[in-house]
Amino acid sequence: MEFLISLWEALPSELQYLIWTVIKIVVIVGPMMLAVAYFTYAERKIIGYMQVRIGPNRVGPKGWLQPIADALKLMFKEIVIPANANKLLFLIAPAITLGPALAAWAVFPFDEELVLADINAGLLYILALTSIGVYGVIIAGWASNSKYAFLGAMRSAAQIVSYEIAMGFALVGVLVAAGSLNLGEIIKAQQGGFFSWFWLPLLPLFGVYVISGVAETNRAPFDVAEGESEIVAGFHVEYSGMTFAVFFLAEYANIILISALTAVMFMGGWLSPFQGWPVLGALFDWVPGFVWLVIKTGFFMFLFLWLRATFPRYRYDQIMRLGWKVFIPITIVWIAVVGLAVVYQVPWWFD
Amino acid sequence: MKVLTNYFKSLFLLELFRGLSVTGRYLFRKKFTVMYPEEKAPVSPRFRGLHALRRYPSGEERCIACKLCEATCPALAITIEAEPRDDGSRRTTRYDIDLFKCIYCGYCQEACPVDAIVETRIYEYHFENRGENIMTKEKLLAVGDKHEAQLAADIDAQANYR
Repeated sequence: MEFLISLWEALPSELQYLIWTVIKIVVIVGPMMLAVAYFTYAERKIIGYMQVRIGPNRVGPKGWLQPIADALKLMFKEIVIPANANKLLFLIAPAITLGPALAAWAVFPFDEELVLADINAGLLYILALTSIGVYGVIIAGWASNSKYAFLGAMRSAAQIVSYEIAMGFALVGVLVAAGSLNLGEIIKAQQGGFFSWFWLPLLPLFGVYVISGVAETNRAPFDVAEGESEIVAGFHVEYSGMTFAVFFLAEYANIILISALTAVMFMGGWLSPFQGWPVLGALFDWVPGFVWLVIKTGFFMFLFLWLRATFPRYRYDQIMRLGWKVFIPITIVWIAVVGLAVVYQVPWWFD
Repeated sequence: MKVLTNYFKSLFLLELFRGLSVTGRYLFRKKFTVMYPEEKAPVSPRFRGLHALRRYPSGEERCIACKLCEATCPALAITIEAEPRDDGSRRTTRYDIDLFKCIYCGYCQEACPVDAIVETRIYEYHFENRGENIMTKEKLLAVGDKHEAQLAADIDAQANYR
């Protein structure tokens, strides 16, 4: 042990810093990957239950090993690179989709003090990173040299860009209300129990954010980019084996990220819903903030599955209409309302 | 006015929430899944599965080579050749059903005047080599001998409807 400590101290401080950062990243990304794996299991189970069947239950007890089996299967499959595909772009595209979905967690506050990089422009960083994801989709669709993939890429590009605007505006409302771009500060601005969180004063923005989040991650009912019944699988039709698995991981990692961000922006992150309430407040004081965050994130993740089990796919022009002619006007109007409320310190949230 | 109510209905996603409540309720419904290999769904006496040729209780085969089944078969899956037997009775020398051609319509069973060719309840069978898909006379009779009790019961059960 002492030998290890002396070895550690002998290292140059830059190297120590590097190793520490890598360890922290592994601590975040490892559980993330596990969460993604079991989220796919949860998806199959929950959608199955909503369709009055029971979903996977054969691999391991109650099917708990199903995601592991799926992952192994995908790893051992051949990676087929289509003839005339742009090899470099074809292989780099999945990484571009997955990378930002994981990198965004760097500024995410898991608890009051538990954040990898507590930067002041956290929200901007997240907006920037989540927008990069669309490049992966476009590059994948283009590099595949296939018309279905290309159609999927075009659709998804148009869709994600449209909803990015509504989503950005919804977040503008949040940062006007919170007066900060730092995610920790945004949570602290929501102090004081369930009804002080931003979901209530920013209700229209909350709705817009959740729905744009679904569109942003290309999930049903906004999954025209994949559209398995019309353009086979859209942008990833040519991908197989591990390259496909990475797209799959990215999609689910993005869902978890968007759910967690919704929890932070509108549902008070790691704050207790009973904070400051007469009896319940003291009763639930011992629950660590991280648990509340996980519960809230879990609820929104469940919502994604619930939406998928319920709604048919939107028609393409309806998606565009919803994004441009409904969401953007709503967000602009409500930003004005929130701005006035903050300036005139309207009770009960902004006084 | 109607335009206005519709506008607010769609703005507040009222019908979408109703849809969500339906799936939300179904989440807790009793599940219909049959755990197949351990648990099997009930089969009707009129089920049309693998074919069989039946015999009379005396052991004499029923089929008299009238070739009505061959004639009625819409998929031309049945091939019959017949010759007089030594005792002078008319019997088949070859009775083949190509299971790859067969569409399991049950017309052969309907056409048969002596209830010789029937479709059983058996639906779990497979082939591993070429040629196994041809059910020869011997194989058909073997299936019939093995399941005679069940076949007779099934035919009795639907006697009223024929």
